[in-house]
Amino acid sequence: MELLYKNIDEPGLNTIAVYESHGGYQSLRKALAMDRADLIQELESSELRGRGGAGFSMGKKASFLPKDKMDKYLVCNADESEPGTFKDRELMQKNPHQLIEGLIIGAHAASANCAFIYIRGEYDYVADILDAAVAEARAAGYLGDNILGTDQSLSLVVHRGAGAYICGEETALLDSLEGKRGNPRLKPPFPANQGLYQGPTLINNVETLSNLSHIVRMGAKAWSELGVKNSSGTKVVSISGNVQRPGNYEIELGIKSRDLIYGLAGGPPDGREVKFWFPGGSSAPILTAEHLDLPYDFDSMAGAGSMLGSGAIIVIDDSVPVVDVALKLATFYRNESCGKCTPCREGTNWTVHMLERIDSGEATPMDLDIMASVQEHITDHCLCVLGDSMAMPISSMIKYFRPEFESHIEAARHRNDLGAPPSPHPVEAVGSAAAGPYTSVA
Amino acid sequence: MTEVRRFTHGSRIPGWDDAVDFSKDPAVVPDAATTPVPEHLRAEIEEYMARYPDFRSASIPALRAAQREHGWCSPLAIEQTACVMGLTPGYLTAVGTFYDMIETQPTGRQAIYVCTNISCSLRGGDAIYSAMLEAAADDSDLNVRHFECLGACDIAPMASVNGEYVGPLEPSDCATIIADIKAGREVLPDKQLRRRPSAHTIAKQES
Repeated sequence: MELLYKNIDEPGLNTIAVYESHGGYQSLRKALAMDRADLIQELESSELRGRGGAGFSMGKKASFLPKDKMDKYLVCNADESEPGTFKDRELMQKNPHQLIEGLIIGAHAASANCAFIYIRGEYDYVADILDAAVAEARAAGYLGDNILGTDQSLSLVVHRGAGAYICGEETALLDSLEGKRGNPRLKPPFPANQGLYQGPTLINNVETLSNLSHIVRMGAKAWSELGVKNSSGTKVVSISGNVQRPGNYEIELGIKSRDLIYGLAGGPPDGREVKFWFPGGSSAPILTAEHLDLPYDFDSMAGAGSMLGSGAIIVIDDSVPVVDVALKLATFYRNESCGKCTPCREGTNWTVHMLERIDSGEATPMDLDIMASVQEHITDHCLCVLGDSMAMPISSMIKYFRPEFESHIEAARHRNDLGAPPSPHPVEAVGSAAAGPYTSVA
Repeated sequence: MTEVRRFTHGSRIPGWDDAVDFSKDPAVVPDAATTPVPEHLRAEIEEYMARYPDFRSASIPALRAAQREHGWCSPLAIEQTACVMGLTPGYLTAVGTFYDMIETQPTGRQAIYVCTNISCSLRGGDAIYSAMLEAAADDSDLNVRHFECLGACDIAPMASVNGEYVGPLEPSDCATIIADIKAGREVLPDKQLRRRPSAHTIAKQES
């Protein structure tokens, strides 16, 4: 079943003429004829969960906005920076009107009158395509005052960022959109109450909003029958890393992970096996080859101790040392930490230092415990989840691959000629030298 | 033992190299009468300011416009932006230094970002980066940087050349890219991402 990727490679789909010839903007007419409360009810009963990473119910989020008459904002989060994720780029580049239509429907549900698409600065060519599409939609009367003769008005601005991973976090995105440094804010108050310019704000991912026109067209009931319980609908999955056919694939949630990695993406290169994989971008705790038979949906991934996240699968084959991946990952989060909260700023930095020690053979196995405890101190102790995004995969790597970390230290120590290993238990070592073998008193 | 990296004055912390001159007053909003701003830059920044409910929202687009004009966000570029927007240079410097694409040090105008994040490095992104550095030699017009995930892991290893995504790259492509830039040609037309069909479509056609 394909919804978002239907006709995706048809030439000219990014123009309004071709989009309308496939029935585009018909859902918008249907949605605008609906009462706001009915539309929210429809979105809630579709059980659409956010596609950006957190997986929160989209309809519920829209219903949190106050009902009073005031300036309300809708922000589309197109700051797709999660390593391994590239679905939004393709959706915006090839089918920008699908997003714009969904965005207007979302604005009607939230009764927002002012919308922004915050697109990351690196996607300049995609932003040009969006700008052209917005101009077309405005000329056709889908944006502006009194859309299609209703009392819904909406202005839409495509805002280009300038390169900061943290701006994908919703409150940091709002600060950045207000023209400040992209530092996350303390929650609560949540953006639904005080968001952009201190007004009520609904923030949704590109893929979430792109789904709205299909939900309205098919009806919530038919749409929610796609996929499995608690993970309804289709999902665009970005598969990358050591696979033969990396790319975006639209699937119904709940299919077997093995069918995704081996079936659609062709699996690792010949002669290689899957060593581990990230099921939801580099922020998700890793899973190993034994998890390949799990169904790919929100609940199963959470049940295995990981998360579906942004739906980006990164596959690592058995030729890659786990320490290399851990170091790459930690360095990324250290560079992208905004520095506002101490556990994240210091924790990411020291994790990189410890991993460098492991890589150079100066570490002891005890360092792995210290590193794991640093991750515990980061988790849940910051304003946003950037620190957790490093802590969770690093802890899971230590959990699954501890022997490999230890043998990596040993091998690097020999390679760099660093002599005998430091004792992992210095106190016992001193004790045994002074008073003979240490015996425990039971 | 591990070398401890040192910065200016033996400090272990980067970013504190430029001493603050406390004898000076804080910079105020530049006076429009004494700050010449190119007319087209002023018009562009004012157009950005008019787009938003709060004009400050335009600071990132405005800084990027000034960067296009001057090649980097020099003190002069920031002063001109501050003058048009009615903000202090300090505010804009604070914003500019946060974002990777705003260059607050002199650099080349041609931006080549090579992705070295997980998905690209698994497929040889680091080799592409060193090949690109080698191919660029010390050309001061080129700004070769390794970059965080650029969101194009389907064409890994990849690079963004003045905003154009190209990949999958071989180390030998780097010299072609540099030659294309210098000749003002389109960069690697057959490897551009925008001309590539989606993997979903290819899988559908094959099955």
